Amino acid sequence: MMDRRLWREPSFDLIGKLFRVNWLYVLLLCALAGVGYVALYSVGGGSAAPYASRHALRFAAGVLLLVGIALIDIRFIARLAWPAYALALGLLVAVAHAGHVGKGAQRWIELGGLELQPSELMKIALVLALAAWFHRASWERIGNPLFLLPPLVAVAVPAVMILKEPNLGTAVIVGVLGAAIFFAAGVRWWTFAIALLFIPLAGRFAYSHLHGYQQARIETFLHPESDPLGAGYNIIQSKIALGSGGLWGQGFLHGTQGHLDFLPEKQTDFIFTMIGEEFGFMGALAVMALLGLIILGGMAVALRCRHQFGRLVAFGLAVNFFLYVFVNVAMVMGVIPVGGVPLPLVSHGGSAVITVMIGFGLLMSVHVHRDVEFADGREGP
Amino acid sequence: MRRETRRTGVFTRRALLVMGAQVTALGALAARLHQVQVTEGARYATLARDNSISVRMIAPPRGRILDRFGVVIANNKQNWRALLIAEQTTDVARTLDSFCELVPLDDRERGRIERDIKRHRRFIPVLVRDFLSWEDMARIEVNAPDLPGILIDVGATRVYPMGAQLAHIVGYVAPPNEKDVDGDPMMSLPGIRVGRAGVEKSRETELRGRAGAVQLEVNAYGRVIRELTRQEGIAGDDAELALDTGLQRAVRERLGDESASAVVLDCRNGEVLAMASNPSFDPSLFNAGVSQTQWQAWANDPRAPLINKAVDGVYAPGSTFKMAVALAALQSRAISGGDHFYCPGFFDLGNARFHCWRKGGHGSLDLRGGIKNSCDVFFYQVALKAGIDSIAAMAHRLGMGTTLEIDLPTQRAGLIPTREWRRARGHPWNLGDTVVSGIGQGYIQVTPLQLATYAARLATGRAVQPHLTRRIGSDLLPGSRAGDWSELGLPPRFLAAVREGMWAVVNDKGGTAPEARLPDPHVQLAGKTGSAQVRRVSREQREHGFDSSKLPWKYRPNALFVAYAPYASPQYAVSVVIEHGNAGATAAAPMARDIMVAALRRDPANRTTAPGSPGGGQVAQASPT
Repeated sequence: MMDRRLWREPSFDLIGKLFRVNWLYVLLLCALAGVGYVALYSVGGGSAAPYASRHALRFAAGVLLLVGIALIDIRFIARLAWPAYALALGLLVAVAHAGHVGKGAQRWIELGGLELQPSELMKIALVLALAAWFHRASWERIGNPLFLLPPLVAVAVPAVMILKEPNLGTAVIVGVLGAAIFFAAGVRWWTFAIALLFIPLAGRFAYSHLHGYQQARIETFLHPESDPLGAGYNIIQSKIALGSGGLWGQGFLHGTQGHLDFLPEKQTDFIFTMIGEEFGFMGALAVMALLGLIILGGMAVALRCRHQFGRLVAFGLAVNFFLYVFVNVAMVMGVIPVGGVPLPLVSHGGSAVITVMIGFGLLMSVHVHRDVEFADGREGP
Repeated sequence: MRRETRRTGVFTRRALLVMGAQVTALGALAARLHQVQVTEGARYATLARDNSISVRMIAPPRGRILDRFGVVIANNKQNWRALLIAEQTTDVARTLDSFCELVPLDDRERGRIERDIKRHRRFIPVLVRDFLSWEDMARIEVNAPDLPGILIDVGATRVYPMGAQLAHIVGYVAPPNEKDVDGDPMMSLPGIRVGRAGVEKSRETELRGRAGAVQLEVNAYGRVIRELTRQEGIAGDDAELALDTGLQRAVRERLGDESASAVVLDCRNGEVLAMASNPSFDPSLFNAGVSQTQWQAWANDPRAPLINKAVDGVYAPGSTFKMAVALAALQSRAISGGDHFYCPGFFDLGNARFHCWRKGGHGSLDLRGGIKNSCDVFFYQVALKAGIDSIAAMAHRLGMGTTLEIDLPTQRAGLIPTREWRRARGHPWNLGDTVVSGIGQGYIQVTPLQLATYAARLATGRAVQPHLTRRIGSDLLPGSRAGDWSELGLPPRFLAAVREGMWAVVNDKGGTAPEARLPDPHVQLAGKTGSAQVRRVSREQREHGFDSSKLPWKYRPNALFVAYAPYASPQYAVSVVIEHGNAGATAAAPMARDIMVAALRRDPANRTTAPGSPGGGQVAQASPT
């Protein structure tokens, strides 16, 4: 496999690495966090407390983390992929047993004063683990269904555990994320066709293993109209707020719906509604454009990378970010009935900011180390 | 290298495909956003310029809790409260000062109000004082001009007219905590309460109902302009309990100041007619907030007033357990109905000597005599023949040491030991443990409710489960008819043998509990005493003429009695447990008798029994021989 000496030998010095960091991309992230600051300032009733100031502080810590991770040799990260996966899985098991129950679901765990959402860490670890797996694989081996079995289990185990938390939204995201990496790694089309046939079966199996109240919650997810005051309530409020924003918005700090506390969870899940109300369609569109740039920028990192591990990591992280954004924005507009997914770097929430920035740090490490050679000689075009 | 090119080429193609999909998806979202904000948004735009639409939930009234005759046990009362809207007064402190002159507020309350005002937006009403009396309200209304920003509003509060009589059973309600947020949007309503204990908790879903919604048009300050649509919620269902509050009162009075518990079941269907645990507490104390001294008093009281002893108290059943031992031996064919055992006053097993309660012994006894005299040596031997595992199986079958289907949020399962249980704790099972199990001592622990269930199952031969709720809304719940319960599957002649013994305990000459005999000779009670030691009696004490009533209270034996009546067609099963009451025959038996008399005297015609139940209301007499 990898030569031990190669990653120890600095292929280039730290200063050189710092220059290779794509600072324009970091600036894009800063702009997104700035949008978050403005929105949270408004949620706080025209005050930095309690949300905006903490958000800024967390993001600043996140930027340091990003740069720090960007400087770590990608080959070293590749070696840590499976240990990281094991750790994330351990945390998921821990949250199932000792997790903090918030809003009726076990999703959080306290670790040294920091609230962690292991499912978020899991997504990053899963990207690393799958990338490491497919990095070793030749085009022929990927065609072998038996070779796909271990990574399939690596996706299914955390997906089922997250489903049992219960957090259907994140479980589905994990599944789609895994499928996307399989796809990019070169898994044959017919494999996906077969998998598509099995999805209803697997879904039924997972469903039957849930508790009654969890099934009920999933029913509500799938049929929000049956619960107009639950999930439906939030969506109606969100749509009214968006609608009242119109083309140009009600103006900064002048959004009525949001400020009158009709809008639930406006500092977390529904922050995009707040933006749409105060800055209108144009403002919301600008934020979406910014999000799109960040996603496509991540994909560009993947395309420019010269080793399969880096390609798949960058691709996976960009897809992960995209799924986050898509699910959240689609949710606030009532396109899909899923809750509990914040808008990354904009919504309030410490663990989310930190995990997202860890992801971008890894992405940046791929960028910085895009030309390095892995010792197994399978690199390069 | 060619392979690598292929893999890379595929990656590039597929990544570009995914990018295309992402751009399409974001584009679709943008299009949808345009539709919501601009195309359809025009519809909201005019409304939203000055006014906004708000959907607010309205809480449905919580279902009441009634007894079987419709007597209200838990009800909703209007709670008049004074609120303060900060933006409607120029000086919050002055308004509060004027308010204090009418209705005094202490410093703690003032502090809380000022904190709440700071925490909320200025147009959100903050609670100043709730549970206002009529006089207070009148005073506030009259002085309204001096109280800018104060408004009076009405909420709902829960009241329990029966107070301490039913405190343990009904439970109470409290504001929801994080654990209660189960996806019901109602939980976010201010002032909502959820059941925290008792029936209020176990029947929470039925009592709660579903929230309604009202669409309001509000102005930019949040003030309501008009109501647009209103969708009434669904009120919570009333829960009708099987309890008879009159009987409950009689039972509690009879228990008096003892630390005791008694349960009365309709033994045909398991309905709980009375379930008392003394001492009790006044649930209304929780409404106002319990003081530190009150908590201390409750916590330090050895008689544990907050505990519902009927389901959460566990006791060694003592001799009341003997029928289960006898049935276990009969069922496993270890003894037959006619077998005799000899009692010289003690029983030796290896080096250990086990005594009978009667010093000189009982001589030769059959099963009927064994139960009638409550002979310990008789049951030591029967227990050894039956074996602990078959005793445990029989006890479980009769409702002891298992979780019952009682609709209360808490209950202890008690314990019937088995070899397996002992082994799991790293010890072998000793035969001596079987011997003491034969008289319901040792590891065995049961609750008073289990004892009553045991008596009911012995009386009817059916696997009845005790339950408190009879009806939800207008629906009679399953289990209200005797036919809803399956047979225990014990041969009638075995049941008849132990019943005959229980009859003899009370009605035969020389039985151990003549005190329990009913005044009407045509209605006979069958029962069994129990006096369970809580502390070992040493040989020295035994030899020097031991008198347990001279012990300090907490070391005296518990007194127990189980009974059912009428003997010929059983209707009621009763269990009485008096903590440290000394002797079952003298302390518990008379209480059980009086409770049974009260149950029988309360007009059976009033006791609505579901049609189709066998033997309903029929009181016949018969002699066992």
